[in-house]
Amino acid sequence: MPEAVTISCRIVEHTDEKQLEISISGDWLLGADLPLLAPVIDRLETEQKLQGVRFSTVGLGHWDSMLVTELIKLINSATARGLAVDKASLPNAMQSLLALYYTVPERMDARRVKRQTSWLSAASNTVNKTLRQAEDMLVFIGDLALSLFNALRGRTHFRRVDLLLYIQECGPSALPIVTLISLLVGLILAFVGALELSLFGAQIYIANMVSLGMTREMGGLMTAIIMSGRTGAAYAAQIGTMHVNDEIDALKTMNLEPMAFLVLPRVLALILVMPLLCLYADLMGIVGGGLVTVSLFDVSLTEYLNRTAHAVHLADFFVGFVKSAVFGVLIALSGCMRGMQCGRSASAVGDAATSAVVTSIVFIVVADSLMTIMCNRIGI
Amino acid sequence: MSTVCLSVKNLTMAYGDFVIQRDLNFEINRGDIFIIMGGSGCGKSTLLRHLIGLQSPELGDIYYGEQNLGQADPAGKRRMLQRCGVLFQSGALLSSMTLAENVALPLTEATSLSAGKVREIVSYKLALVGLAGFEEYYPAELSGGMQKRAGLARAIALDPEILFCDEPSAGLDPISAKLLDDLILSLSASLSTTVVMVTHELASIFAIGSNSVFLDAESKTMIAEGPPKRLLAESNDPKVIAFLTRGERQVNPKGTTTGVSCE
Repeated sequence: MPEAVTISCRIVEHTDEKQLEISISGDWLLGADLPLLAPVIDRLETEQKLQGVRFSTVGLGHWDSMLVTELIKLINSATARGLAVDKASLPNAMQSLLALYYTVPERMDARRVKRQTSWLSAASNTVNKTLRQAEDMLVFIGDLALSLFNALRGRTHFRRVDLLLYIQECGPSALPIVTLISLLVGLILAFVGALELSLFGAQIYIANMVSLGMTREMGGLMTAIIMSGRTGAAYAAQIGTMHVNDEIDALKTMNLEPMAFLVLPRVLALILVMPLLCLYADLMGIVGGGLVTVSLFDVSLTEYLNRTAHAVHLADFFVGFVKSAVFGVLIALSGCMRGMQCGRSASAVGDAATSAVVTSIVFIVVADSLMTIMCNRIGI
Repeated sequence: MSTVCLSVKNLTMAYGDFVIQRDLNFEINRGDIFIIMGGSGCGKSTLLRHLIGLQSPELGDIYYGEQNLGQADPAGKRRMLQRCGVLFQSGALLSSMTLAENVALPLTEATSLSAGKVREIVSYKLALVGLAGFEEYYPAELSGGMQKRAGLARAIALDPEILFCDEPSAGLDPISAKLLDDLILSLSASLSTTVVMVTHELASIFAIGSNSVFLDAESKTMIAEGPPKRLLAESNDPKVIAFLTRGERQVNPKGTTTGVSCE
C-alpha cells in the first residue's frame, strides 16, 4: 500500500540566513495523486528576504520520474529568482539524475518554433505545394517515357524474370477476387435492370443491360478499382520500402536507373495484364447476370445468350479493352510514383501506399468519364 | 610517390537553406584507406553521398582524377561510378533477389559476360567474403553481419578502384566488426583498392586508417586532417583529441595536454 504523497514548506531561519525548507514525503510514483505544487511555488516566489531553498526528505518512500519532474519545476523557479538550491539532503540517486538533467544545456536552436502563419501565406504554401506535386508528376511521366523509349530501342535494364514475376503477381494471382467481384457486379446489374424492365414484361432485355454495362463500363472499372487496391498499393509499398533500405541508392551507384529497373517492368506488367483481366471480368459479369435472369426472371438460357450476342458488338469489347489498358497505366504510374516519392520512415511507406490508392482511384474515375464522353461524341 | 585519385575542392553541402558542412578541401591518394570521422550528425554520410554522386554539392567540386563529377555528362558519370563500389550502412541488398543475383547485378549491367562467367565471378566474390555456398539465400535469411559481407561482395563485384563504406562496422559485435575490418583491409591490399570509409569506430580508425579528415558539427567544417595516429599524437584541437580518446584525454585550447580523465 503506497503512502500518500505530500509536499509542504516552512521557513527555517539559521543565524542570519532565511531558507525555505520543502518537505517531501510519501511514495512519489507515477500514477499517485499529485499534491498541489502551487502553494509552494507561490511561497517560493513571494516570500520576502529569502536566501535559499533546501529539502527535507524524511518520510520519503519510493520515488520515480514523478518526483524528479516536480523537483525540476521547483528548482527552475528558485533559480529564476536567484535563490541558492541546496540539494544535499536529496537521495544520492536523485542528485545524480538532476545533475544529468542540468549537464547539457538545451541547444538554443534545437527546439522547433511553431510559426504563426497568416491565412494568405498558408494558402500560397498550399498552392505552391500543389504546383510542385504536379511538376513532380510531369517529371516522373517524362522520365518513364524516356526509359520506355530506351527500352524500345533495346537498351533494357530490367530483368525479364522480373517482368514475368510482376505479370504473375498482378494477373493470375488476382483472378479469384476479380471473379468474385465481377460475378456479383453482373448479378447486381441484372437485379437493378429487372426492377424496371419487368414492369413492361421486358425481362429479356436484362441481357442487353448486363452485357453492355459490363463490357463498356463496369468490367474495366471494377477491375481497375480492385487492382489499384491490390497492386497499386503493393507497388508503392515495395518501392517505398526499397527507399527506406537504401536499395534505390544502391541501384543508382551501380548505374541502374531505378526508373528503368523498378518502375518500367511494373508498368508494362499492368498494361499487359489489365485488358485481359477486364475481358475475364466481362465474361464473369455476364455469367452472373445470366444466373439471376435465368433462375428468377423466366428467361431461358438460350434466349439470354442470344440477346447477349445480339446486344454486344466487337466495338463494345474494344472500348472496355482500351479503357482498362489506360487504367493499367494510371494504377502503375500512381503506385510507382508514390513509391519513388516515399520518405525514409516506416510511416512514410504507409502514407505512400494510401496515397497511391487514392491517386489512382481519382485518376481512374476522371479518365473513365473523359473516355466515356469521347466515345459518346465519336459515336462508338 | 602517390597519386591523387579523388579530390574535393571548396565543397559546401546543404539541405535547402540548412548548411551541413562548408569549405571542405582534401585529397585522397591511390591506395589510401581514408577515414571520414566526426561525431554523430556532422555530415559524414552526407559527404559520402556527395562523393558517389547521389547528391550534388551546393558549391564546390569533386574530382575523380582529373574529371569533375558535377560537370560530367551522363555517360562520363556512369564511367566514373563504374570505378566505384559502395557498401551501404545497412548492406542495401535488394531484398527480392538472392545473394547471387545481387552480386551479379553490377556485372550484368556493366559488362556483357556470359551467364556462366558471371556465375563464376559471383561465387568467387562470395567466397572472398566468406559466404561461399550462400548463393541461393535471400538477404532476409542472413544475419546482419552476413548481409554486410554480402553487400561488400556486391561492392567489389567490378573490382572497383575506390571502395566507399558507410559505417561498415555499425551494429556489429566487436569480433564481427574486427573481421569485417580485416576483410576490407586485406581486400584493399590485394586488389590495391582505395578505401573511403565513414566511421566513428575508434578501433577501426586506428587499425586500418592511413589518412583521415575530421568533420565538426558546430563549426560546420573540417577541423583536422592527416593519419589518425599522427592526429592523436600531435593534434592540439580539443574536439579531435576528445574524439580519438573517447574523452579520456583533454587538451586545453593552448595545446598542453592535461591528463584529466573522466570518471
